[in-house]
Amino acid sequence: MPLLEIRNLTVEFTTAAGPFRAVDGVDATVDQGDVLAIVGESGSGKSVSMLAMMGLLPWTATITADRMSFDGRDLRNLGARERRKVIGRDMAMIFQEPMSSLNPCFTVGFQIKEALRQHLDLSRAERHTRALELLDLVGIPDPETRLKAFPHQLSGGMSQRVMIAMALSCNPRLLIADEPTTALDVTIQAQILDLLSDLQRDTGMALILITHDMGVVAETAQRVQVQYAGQKVEEQPVRSLFQSPHHPYTAALLSALPERATERRLPTIPGVVPGQFDRPQGCLFSPRCAFADDTCRKVDPPVQGEDMGFARCHYPIATPAKEATS
Amino acid sequence: MLRYFLSRLLTFVPTFLGVTLISFAFIRVLPGDPIIAMAGERGVTPERYAELQEQFGFDRPLIVQFWDYFTGVLQGDLGQSFVTRKPVWDEFFTLFPATLELSTCAIILAVVLGLPAGVIAATHRGKLFDRLLMSSALVGYSMPIFWWALLLIIVFSGNLGWTPVSGRIDLLYYFPNVTGFMLIDSLLSGQSGAFGSAVKHLILPSIVLATIPLAVIARQTRSAMLEVLSEDYIRTARAKGLAPARVNGLHALRNAMIPVVTVIGLMVGTLLAGAILTETIFSWPGIGKWMVDSIFRRDYPVVQGGLLLVAVMVMVVNLIVDLLYGLINPKIRKR
Repeated sequence: MPLLEIRNLTVEFTTAAGPFRAVDGVDATVDQGDVLAIVGESGSGKSVSMLAMMGLLPWTATITADRMSFDGRDLRNLGARERRKVIGRDMAMIFQEPMSSLNPCFTVGFQIKEALRQHLDLSRAERHTRALELLDLVGIPDPETRLKAFPHQLSGGMSQRVMIAMALSCNPRLLIADEPTTALDVTIQAQILDLLSDLQRDTGMALILITHDMGVVAETAQRVQVQYAGQKVEEQPVRSLFQSPHHPYTAALLSALPERATERRLPTIPGVVPGQFDRPQGCLFSPRCAFADDTCRKVDPPVQGEDMGFARCHYPIATPAKEATS
Repeated sequence: MLRYFLSRLLTFVPTFLGVTLISFAFIRVLPGDPIIAMAGERGVTPERYAELQEQFGFDRPLIVQFWDYFTGVLQGDLGQSFVTRKPVWDEFFTLFPATLELSTCAIILAVVLGLPAGVIAATHRGKLFDRLLMSSALVGYSMPIFWWALLLIIVFSGNLGWTPVSGRIDLLYYFPNVTGFMLIDSLLSGQSGAFGSAVKHLILPSIVLATIPLAVIARQTRSAMLEVLSEDYIRTARAKGLAPARVNGLHALRNAMIPVVTVIGLMVGTLLAGAILTETIFSWPGIGKWMVDSIFRRDYPVVQGGLLLVAVMVMVVNLIVDLLYGLINPKIRKR
């Protein structure tokens, strides 16, 4: 039984201008010890689908799913109180902006120990020892002093390490990292990714890495799931995804990587992700797709088989990447 | 923290100088003349006028008068009232406890009700409670205070007879003025029923005086909470699995307190200056009415001294607010 299983997850927001579907029939499966990357542009519903699972969306969101289970527990009809026993303990999450994700009014120690106090039956002294241990684990030097520090005294990378320590405090079985490196310097990005990879390997927890950076994906993930405009458009193991992407969107994303560029000018994908008011008929990617024809613009694309990376496309690309992009 | 405190304290000096000068100048800029005002209908002969001018020192240049006043202030001497011939200092401290007692009750009422109301409105944004609270806050804020007071008197004192109409205590009770605070003095006197009577006299004026601060605090708390609730660290707190009460009441409220403490401070400052309308309607012997009367009488020493004392109190309240900022948010301490 997979650790996390999501089938046909849909999230709709009630807005003043009518309902907006941010996540549209997304599936995801994560086994114990898996590293899954979810990739896509801004607005493709990556974060929203994970926040929906954590129960962190505002009340304007309507969440429906055929299946949404974690560790054998059905998350769909889990009461708020029961859910709070799971999140922060077995399922933890870190976020994009580490500097603003820590409460400026409380010390690092307070915020880490608070998580411990919420979920584990530890004494005061045990919580202190555990907090020191956690800071040490995420590579923060001089943990004793750092526990007394306030968030504004920490750098961005340091804050993200504290966030990771906090997320790991109760030994979660699944860690969701929502663009953990986007707000950080490049050198720090690599450090944080290494840290996450190491921690994942050492603890055997599952890791879901939300990102829009294909470089991050290549370094960290085992499996990749590409999302576009709230839909999952492709899913493959990382190696074969980079070798032969099957969905034109994936292929276009990959060819936009600087290290893959063959010409002076970097290839881009024209246009933007459709929003609430400009959702096209048929395939959602058709207005931006180089291969789209009338069928794509009228008929919803089918989901292909595993050999085609579950691509949601009428005409999945069967050839390896190099030829497809040239 | 000590450095922060001292740096805040330093800002007292220019403010104090400024207030001394303004309070001195303000009353002299007003048209009218204390000697004419004292003489009243009878009028005064030019000879007597000149004599009185010399007696009060009005014939000397303004700068000399200010210097006299200022050196007096530095030595703790605010002068004597022209009208009662009593030191301004003594008059102030006879009346101020009444104002302090009333405004303390009012501000406690406003904070105790306004803060939770604002928090609940923010966490239940757009729901019935939020709408009800925000519309009543608007009504409370815009209502003429004297009309509201009269309305309450008609209903609770007139029709229902639950509360007295005016004053600080029933005439039945007499006890020595120890602290000037009726609630404390009535308890000290040991007379049965005295404390209850003092409380009853406080209820309506406190409600009336608390109305505007209550509305302002509730609205400010709500909007500050709404802003904070969309912050990333609130999401982090919720992702930890913390209960809503802890997320809202600790993580959010602590951050939302900065603007709220600011308006509470402003409200306290205003209330300490005396509530002229409320004090007048409920015949409450506080400093609001005293100040207004002395302006009408052109009682220069009382006006300038009273203004100065009130200003110093407002400055002290602001200092406390500044220190609270530092306590609430450690980031501010470091600046």
